[in-house]
Amino acid sequence: MEEATRFAVELDRFAGIERRYLVKREGHTDPSYGKPPWARTLEELVECGVVNLDKPPGPTSHEVVAWAKSLLGVPKAGHGGTLEPD
Amino acid sequence: MIAHSDKEYIALAQLHARVPREKLEEVIREFVGRIYQRPPVRSSVKRTLRVKEIYGIEVLEYEGVFALMRVSCQHGTYIRKLVHDIGEILGVGAHMRELRRTRTGPFREESSVRMHELSEAVYLYEEHGRGDKLRSMILPHEYIVSHLPKVLVLDGAASAIAYGADLAVPGISVISEGIRRGDLAAIMTLKGELVALGKALMSTEEVLSSDRGVAFKTVRVIMERGVYPKGWKKRSEAQR
Repeated sequence: MEEATRFAVELDRFAGIERRYLVKREGHTDPSYGKPPWARTLEELVECGVVNLDKPPGPTSHEVVAWAKSLLGVPKAGHGGTLEPD
Repeated sequence: MIAHSDKEYIALAQLHARVPREKLEEVIREFVGRIYQRPPVRSSVKRTLRVKEIYGIEVLEYEGVFALMRVSCQHGTYIRKLVHDIGEILGVGAHMRELRRTRTGPFREESSVRMHELSEAVYLYEEHGRGDKLRSMILPHEYIVSHLPKVLVLDGAASAIAYGADLAVPGISVISEGIRRGDLAAIMTLKGELVALGKALMSTEEVLSSDRGVAFKTVRVIMERGVYPKGWKKRSEAQR
């Protein structure tokens, strides 16, 4: 519970937000299921992660996604929106 | 998710005649807040008048007829159109020369990586087995919702939510302060994994003072089913 709360605070900081957390109910999680995000292997991150990529002017978002997809060898990739969709 | 989050841009506007900086600043102030915007002719949405919120516009540099501005706004705002409209109100006309997005939701320019840095990191990993650089560039998908308030739930609740169930008060362990009814929140496990996105039916205060009831309506499930075992299964096994 403490570790997950710390991770939540870390995510908030990444987003530039400060939030307090309140405990409704003490809880424990069974270590035999699931996996903390920080314990994921690099392969797992590549498969289901996010890269904050600086797209230069020139290539389209679509082209940069295709480039990243082949660079990382992943079957699926997407982006968070084009600058001026038409 | 990210497509529908707030944006920040740096735009270079070219005015069609010189105006005093004070006048430019004055007109720009009128565009902060809720504005009406008709999407441009070349656009991917229906061209009806839409209300968009501009959180702030700052003139970073102003030289001759060129104004470099930082704009933070709601998703779906057309900056090219905004610049054009500012030119209209100024009475001299203006158009956008260059545009760069510097923030999409929680993803800011400062934390971004360049294409050559990513390909270098992949090379180091594949050719030299050094994955530390690549690891630092690939964030867990939980970062996509890092700007949302968060609710950490018990294992049993995580299991049910992955099957589409709503989140009830007894399943909640830890909650962000300040959640209001209608807010979107990230529902996470006690290991920090993202389970789903939920719409708050109760505020943080209401959750803290309640013993029962649906607190968050599940709007989008992210976690695969079965990562956490079903609660009812455990109970029925215990009865045997």
